[in-house]
Amino acid sequence: MSAVKKDYVRPIDFKGGRVDMSHGAGGRAMAQLIDELFLAAFDNEWLRHLNDQACFAVPTGRMVMATDSHVVSPLFFPGGDIGCLAVHGTINDVAMSGATPLYLSATFILEEGFPLADLQRIVESMAAASQAARVPVVTGDTKVVEKGKGDGVFITTTGVGIVPEGVDVSGDRARPGDKVLVSGTLGDHGVAIMSFRENLEFETTIRSDTAALHELVACMVDAVPGIRCLRDPTRGGLAATLNEFARQSRVGFRIRERDVPVKPEVNAACELLGLDPLNVANEGKLVAICPPGDAERLLAAMRAHPLGADAAIIGEAVEDPHRFVQMETGLGGARIVDWLAGEQLPRIC
Amino acid sequence: MCLAVPVRVVKRLEGDDALIDAGGVRKQVSLALVPEAREGDYVIVHVGYAISRLDPDEALKTLALFAGMAQSPT
Amino acid sequence: MKYVDEFRDGELARVLAERIARAVQPGRSYRFMEFCGGHTHAISRYGVTDLLPATIEMVHGPGCPVCVLPIGRIDNAIALALEHGAILCTYADTMRVPASGRSSLMRAKAEGADIRMVYSAADALRIARENSAREVVFFAIGFETTTPPTAIAILEAERAGLANFSVFCNHVLTPAAIANILESPQVRDIGTVPLDGFVGPAHVSCVIGSQPYEYFAEEYAKPVVIAGFEPLDVMQAVLMLVEQVNDGRHEVENEFTRAVTREGNTKAKVLVAEVFELRRSFEWRGLGEVPYSALRIKGRYGRFDAERRFGIVYRSVADNKACECGAILRGAKRPKDCKVFGTVCTPENPLGSCMVSSEGACAAYYTYGRFRDRRAA
Repeated sequence: MSAVKKDYVRPIDFKGGRVDMSHGAGGRAMAQLIDELFLAAFDNEWLRHLNDQACFAVPTGRMVMATDSHVVSPLFFPGGDIGCLAVHGTINDVAMSGATPLYLSATFILEEGFPLADLQRIVESMAAASQAARVPVVTGDTKVVEKGKGDGVFITTTGVGIVPEGVDVSGDRARPGDKVLVSGTLGDHGVAIMSFRENLEFETTIRSDTAALHELVACMVDAVPGIRCLRDPTRGGLAATLNEFARQSRVGFRIRERDVPVKPEVNAACELLGLDPLNVANEGKLVAICPPGDAERLLAAMRAHPLGADAAIIGEAVEDPHRFVQMETGLGGARIVDWLAGEQLPRIC
Repeated sequence: MCLAVPVRVVKRLEGDDALIDAGGVRKQVSLALVPEAREGDYVIVHVGYAISRLDPDEALKTLALFAGMAQSPT
Repeated sequence: MKYVDEFRDGELARVLAERIARAVQPGRSYRFMEFCGGHTHAISRYGVTDLLPATIEMVHGPGCPVCVLPIGRIDNAIALALEHGAILCTYADTMRVPASGRSSLMRAKAEGADIRMVYSAADALRIARENSAREVVFFAIGFETTTPPTAIAILEAERAGLANFSVFCNHVLTPAAIANILESPQVRDIGTVPLDGFVGPAHVSCVIGSQPYEYFAEEYAKPVVIAGFEPLDVMQAVLMLVEQVNDGRHEVENEFTRAVTREGNTKAKVLVAEVFELRRSFEWRGLGEVPYSALRIKGRYGRFDAERRFGIVYRSVADNKACECGAILRGAKRPKDCKVFGTVCTPENPLGSCMVSSEGACAAYYTYGRFRDRRAA
C-alpha cells in the first residue's frame, strides 16, 4: 500500500512577494497566508483551534471592551511600527478603565501590492508586543483591497478586559481639588514621527514611546483604588485629554508649564517645526486624576515602575463654569491650553 | 511669518549649505544670506535660511539689561 | 536651548515686570502697537499681558502676512492648481485661509488639486527638478524676512535653467503698512485711537535694519523700539517705550542688538533689489489698496513670474460683512469687539484672516487668551 503523498505547496515568498487579490479571496492562498504568517507568529491555544471565533471563560466582574484603528504613516519609525502601536493602543484603551486586559483581536485590510516582507515585519512586531504584554491575539480577519484603495495596510485591534471590584475610573469623575499627574515626558511619539518625515536628525534619536501601560496601571490602582480618571493622551496630546476631562467632568484645570515633563530635544524639535508639545501625540504615557490626599502616594507608585520613572504632578482641577484648561507659563503669565484647531500643521509663523 | 530660531553652525557643507544644531536637533539650512558665518557661530534661521548672525556679546549685554544692570542701548 | 531659554526666564520676567510697574506714570495710559505676528504670538503664548500693569495696552497690528493676504489672491492660488494643473507649493500657514465660496487651499487639495506644503523655497525648487514635465508654482508670501529666500530661489532657477518653475509673488513691505496705519483717520485724528509707540518687528529688522524706522519716528513723532523675538525682549522693549513716552522722546531704539544692526543684512537687500521691484499699489485684506506696499518680479525674470506665465487676473473679493478684520488689523478694534468672534468665527471655522493664522490677533486671543473676558466674577 503506497503512503499518501503529501501535496507539495510552495512556501510563501516573504522576501520578494507581494499581497495579491487571492490572499483575501477565502481560498487556498489566503489559508496559506494565515497559516504561514499570522498563526505562526501569534501561535496560541485559541488560534490553534482554527475556528472563526475564540472561546474563553470570563472571570466574574465588569467587562470592558475597546477598539482602535491604525492608519499611521510611516509604517515603520524610530521606536516602533504600526504593528506594536496597534497592540499597545488597544491594551492601553482597555487599561485606562482600570481593567486588566485579557484578549485581543486583530484585523488587517491589505492593499494589493503591499510587500510581504513589510507585512511579516509588522506581524512579528505585533506578536512580540502581544507576548511581552501577556495579552494574546485570539482571533482576527484579513481582507485585500485593490491597489489604490488602501494605504498599504490598515489594522484594527479590539480588546476585552475585566475591571476589579471597587475600581471606578471614568472621565466624568474629576472634582475640583483633584490632582493631575502625567506618567512621563510628553510629545515623544508625535515628534519622532514628524521628525522622521521631515528628515530631521538628532544627536540621540527621538524614539516613539509606544508601550503597553496595563502593568503600570495595575500598580497605580493597587496603590490608589480611588483613582478618578485615566486616559492616554494620543492624538491631540495632553491638551485634548484635559479638555475632554473638563467637558466630561464639568470642571476647569490649572496646570503649571514648568512641571510638565518634556525632553529637551523634543522641545527643540517642536521649536524648529513650530509645534506645541502639549498638542503632540503620545503612545506610552497616561494622564491620571486622583483625590488630592492620594497624589503623593500615586506619584510614588508611578515612579517605582519603569514606565513611570519621570511621572509628575502638574496641576489640579478647579471650579470653572467655562471648563477652561489654564496654564501658568514658564514666564509667570497665564494662557489657556485649547483643543487643536483642525489638523496639526507645522507652522512657519 | 516670524518663526525663527537661534541655532549653532556645526559644519559647513557643499556650497552655501550648513548643518546646524538647535538644542540637540540637527538640520540642514542655507547660509546664502550670511556667508560669513563660521562653525561655532550662532545664526537665526527662518524658512530654511539663516538671516542674521547672533552677536554673543550683545546677547550678554541684553540679558544684563533685563536685570537692570546696564543702561538702555540705542 | 541657548539664546532661547535665557530670554524666557521667569525670574528675569519678574524683575522686568517690577521695573515696568515703577516706570509707568500714575494716571497715564499707554498704547503700544506690536507689528510682528511673532510678537503677537509670544505675548499670548507666554501670558505677557499678566506681567504688565493695567495701564499698558498692547495693540496688535497687521504684522501677519497671512492675515493681510486678500481673498482674491488665495482664489488665484487655488486656480493655479485646480484650473492650470500646476503643482502649487505653499507654506503650511496659508492652507486654511478662507477664499471665495467657502473654499481654501486645504479644501481644494481634498478636491484633487496638487497642493504641497513646503518649509522653504528650496523645497519648491527641488519639486520642480523632480517633476520636469509639470508646472511648479511657489506661492510666495511674507514680509521682508521671507523675501530674500524667494529671490535666491528665482536666481537659482535661472542658473539651473529650470523651465517649469515660477513664483506667485505676494511679498509685502513693513514700512508701508506702518505708514498706512499712521495715516488712517482714526490714528491721525488724535483723541480717537491714539498710539503711543511701536514695538518694531524682530526678524524683518534683521534684514532691513533699524534705519527705515527713523522716518516714522521723526515724521509722526512716535517712538519705535525694535524688539527680539522672546517674551523678555518684548517686555524690555515695552519698558524702553514707556521711558521714551515719559521723557517726551520719539527715537528709534534697538533692543534686539544681538541680531539687528542699523544697516541690516546688505547681502539680502541686494539680492531682493536684483529680482524684485515695487508695485504701485497692492490690496491688503482689511486695509484696502496700499500704495508702494508690495513687490513684483522684475521683467528681467519675467518667465519666473506666475502672474505673467499663467495670465492671472486679480479680482477683488469683499470680506464677510460681519468680519471686523480690517479694524482689528489697524488696531482700531479688539477681537472681542467683533460680533462673530468665538461664535461663528473660530479657528476651526474662520471667517476672516485674523482667525486663521496662529499669529492673527483673533486666533492668538482665542487660542491662548479668551479666558480673560470670561473669568467668573
